[in-house]
Amino acid sequence: MTPETAIGGNARPEVDVRQELYRSMLRTRRVEEAIVDRYAEQEMRCPVHICIGQEAPPTGVSAHLQKQDHVYSAHRSHGHYLAKGGDMPAMIAEIYGKSDGCAVGKGGSQHLIDLDAGFICSAPILASTISVGVGDAWAARQRGEDRVIVIYFGDGSTEEGAFHEAMNFAGVNKLPVVFVCENNLYSVHTLLETRQPENQTVRRLGPPNGMESFDGDGNDVEDVWRLAEYAVNKARNGGGPTLLEFHTYRWMEHCGPLDDTHLGYRSAEELESWKARCPVDNYRDRLIEDGSVDQAWLDGAEKALHSEIEAAFTAARNSPFPNAEELFRHVYPE
Amino acid sequence: MTREIKYYEALREAQAQCLESDRDVVVMGLGVPGPTGVFGTTKNLVDDYGPDRVFDMPSSENAMTGMLLGASSNGMRPIMVHMRVDFAVLSMEPLVNQAAKWHYMYGGKMRAPLTVRMIIGQGWGQGPQHSQALQAWFAHIPGLKVIMPTTAHDAKGMLIAAVRDDAPVISIEHRWLYGVSGAVPEEMYETPIGKARIMRPGKDVTIVAASYASLLALRAAEMLADVGIDAEVLDLRTITPLDRQSIVESVRKTGRLVVADTGTAEFGISAEIVCAAVEGASESLKSAPRRIGLPSVPTPTSPALSEHFYPRAIHIAEAAAATLGTKVQLTEPATGKWHDVPDPSFTGPY
Repeated sequence: MTPETAIGGNARPEVDVRQELYRSMLRTRRVEEAIVDRYAEQEMRCPVHICIGQEAPPTGVSAHLQKQDHVYSAHRSHGHYLAKGGDMPAMIAEIYGKSDGCAVGKGGSQHLIDLDAGFICSAPILASTISVGVGDAWAARQRGEDRVIVIYFGDGSTEEGAFHEAMNFAGVNKLPVVFVCENNLYSVHTLLETRQPENQTVRRLGPPNGMESFDGDGNDVEDVWRLAEYAVNKARNGGGPTLLEFHTYRWMEHCGPLDDTHLGYRSAEELESWKARCPVDNYRDRLIEDGSVDQAWLDGAEKALHSEIEAAFTAARNSPFPNAEELFRHVYPE
Repeated sequence: MTREIKYYEALREAQAQCLESDRDVVVMGLGVPGPTGVFGTTKNLVDDYGPDRVFDMPSSENAMTGMLLGASSNGMRPIMVHMRVDFAVLSMEPLVNQAAKWHYMYGGKMRAPLTVRMIIGQGWGQGPQHSQALQAWFAHIPGLKVIMPTTAHDAKGMLIAAVRDDAPVISIEHRWLYGVSGAVPEEMYETPIGKARIMRPGKDVTIVAASYASLLALRAAEMLADVGIDAEVLDLRTITPLDRQSIVESVRKTGRLVVADTGTAEFGISAEIVCAAVEGASESLKSAPRRIGLPSVPTPTSPALSEHFYPRAIHIAEAAAATLGTKVQLTEPATGKWHDVPDPSFTGPY
């Protein structure tokens, strides 16, 4: 079965959905840019993994998720968190290490959480949250609760044994999971071809673990939207797990706010070629062209996001640091 | 007259009662629903509670631990079983990086009420990878609780307490305790985690021990009594959070300390217990504390070597006598030909 037949052709979302897809991608882009702009102030004192260039997968997937659905993420988690409806001020405050942060400053950028929004957790050890998400899906079935679990990870995680173990269990038990691999070609500074066999896809790992798999253009939000619609609906209707691979690219350095092409592990030309495939700008142009948005709508969206983001940063800066007593809280549940 | 049952039967009963009283309790592990039921501790539970709640798993210790972590933070209270501690080594990532920190690193919003049972093997050639007593590893990780019940009574009560605890609890069970009987109430009860217990009161020297080493300590105390030395045996029951107060109180009373542990002595839990005594009762110590544990070598398989590897009760008694500085003639009760079984009823293979 090809992705096209699986999802019923190249259907496009309705205009209001297109607008929301664009607005959501733009929101993540502007938040990340705001972090990049301020990181040199040395007030955000934790590692940040910027997802500029990778906005389309979480946006296209989350468009099909309901509030009770659960999302799991890894280290490059800001886009996953925001697209699922994670509280933006709590995320910014968390990066600033403040008491209003979503984890009271104990987790930072790499441990975002918003249970009300269904963003369950994120963690930087590769593949570590994949099995946890699978357990969530298993618990949902065990308790008769209706939810779909989406687990995001990168190409590097697919090299971990725990990834294969978790995929196998989800396949054996036909759990309601959508595995979403954002293949951005690099694990820190190590190229995909150094790590995996030539001319292979991550997608190939689905069938041996008992599940369908598809790959798509991770810079085309509508491609993501179509594949995710199929996979999420299938999971929701008891059809079991699906592996989705999206080909995409991170623009900034692995960790931090800078361009790192001077390191030599990737070329400026390669980066530019991917920037030409910008998921946000290209979608904007497409929506203008097909009449889904006009300049006034775009200006309004930008203005609203600017206000929201500035307010979040102001609130985060004004939030107090956690008290020293907080150090010893929460080692064990009370 | 209280009913007496064996340690492994107490563990089984604890799990059966947890399954009976809470729909969110499940038991998972390789061989859990199988014909031998993890040395009898899970035998036939599947008949009463069904394959959805008592079930086997793929040979995937890492992801299956993560899976139960995810289940535990979404309403379940799972029990995971490893037939040997050594297999749990494959699950250190989800236990150490994730479960232990789950509550803390998400600002108190997440809980991981997960219980992981692990069994220490000993003797009959268990060798380097079926015998490790890694309690110090787990005790070193903030956020985990580590229990090592010694008696059948505590095996049941502490496992129930572990299942009901909202923190991840590592239950380390010594295989040589499985056949030991003790008084166990039939009803469901909790033995609190974090509280040591005086197994035998005494005034001359404190022997702090845990798990099978506590039984050795009791035998050592009997040998010492024969020569007029009155030893107090403090059974830790919980490694972390450590009951420092009970250690300090006992040492203040006796002025002398020996620690006996089933693990490697160097960098093991005995060092922490000696430290607790020194920090809390240094003015009471009349002599230097001593410790009995395993030498820093991998476990040998041949009985000819393991005989010299594992300490016996006599070694604990000798250490205790040495803290008094008295020369005594201790007598070790006669043992069988072999040192690699807990009693003659044990005929292998594991």
